[in-house]
Amino acid sequence: MSEKELHKTENIAVTERIRNIKTFVPQVDIYETKDSLFLIADMPGVDEKTVDIELNKNILTIVGNVCPEVIKDKTMVYSEYEIGDYERSFTLSDEIDREKICATVKNGVLHLELPKAEKVKPKKIAIKAA
Amino acid sequence: MFTPNLWRFRRFPDAAPEILRLQREMNRLFSNAEQSTPHDFPAVNIWEDAVSAFVTAELPGIDPEKLDIEVTGDILTLSGTSRVETLKEGETYLRQERVQGGFKRKIQLSFPVDAKNVEAHYEKGILSIKLPRLKESLPKKIKIN
Repeated sequence: MSEKELHKTENIAVTERIRNIKTFVPQVDIYETKDSLFLIADMPGVDEKTVDIELNKNILTIVGNVCPEVIKDKTMVYSEYEIGDYERSFTLSDEIDREKICATVKNGVLHLELPKAEKVKPKKIAIKAA
Repeated sequence: MFTPNLWRFRRFPDAAPEILRLQREMNRLFSNAEQSTPHDFPAVNIWEDAVSAFVTAELPGIDPEKLDIEVTGDILTLSGTSRVETLKEGETYLRQERVQGGFKRKIQLSFPVDAKNVEAHYEKGILSIKLPRLKESLPKKIKIN
C-alpha cells in the first residue's frame, strides 16, 4: 500500500475556481467487462446533488463540489487532509455508447457505467457446415 | 509508531494545517525526491473545544458495519477493511488507484475520553467522531485565598 498515493493529490492542471478552494484528483478504478466499462471514483464529501458529469465531444469530465463544513467554536489541532473539490477528465473512445452512460453515488464513491456500443461488442460468428 | 502530538500546536490553532503542510512539503523535498512518502491511513483532521474532541476521516465507500472504533483512555483506534472487490472472470482492470485492504490506526488525543458517550457518524464517505472529555480530567478552577 505504501507505493500508492494514499492521500489526495491536488489537480494543478485544472482551471482555477472562482471560490477559493483547492481541486483534487479523485482516485479511480476502471475495469472492463464484456459489455461495459466501469469507472469508480473516490470522492469523499460529495453526494448525488453535488457531483456533475459532463461529456463534451470525447472528453468525459467528472466534477464534485464539496462545501467545507463550517465548524464553529472549535479549533483545529491537527490536520492531515484538506477539503476541496474534485475534478478529473478522461478521453473516451468511440466504443462507448454515449446515450446509455449511467451514474450513481454512494458513501462518497461515484460509480459510472459506460456501456460499449453495439457495433464493437464481440460477436460470435457461427460457422455453417459447407 | 507516530501518534499526533496535539500539544505542539496549541498556541497556533489556525496555523496548524498550514505548518503541517509545509513540514510535509519540506520532508518530501529533502527525502527521496521522487518517492512519495507513505502516510498513515486513513488521514484524519482533529478539532477540539473545551469539552470534546472531533475527529474526521475520509473513508469513501466502506461498510460502516465493518468499521471498528475503539477508545481506551486517550487512545482512539480506527480499524476496518476498505472494500476488496474481486472481478468476475472475463473482467479486467484498466486502472487501479483506489486503496484496498485492511487498516488500523491509533490516534492519541490530548485528554482521556468518556468512552460511553462517544458518537460516530458516517455520511458521504466521511467518518466523524465526537469524543467527549472525561469529567474527571476537566480542568478545575482553583480559588486563591
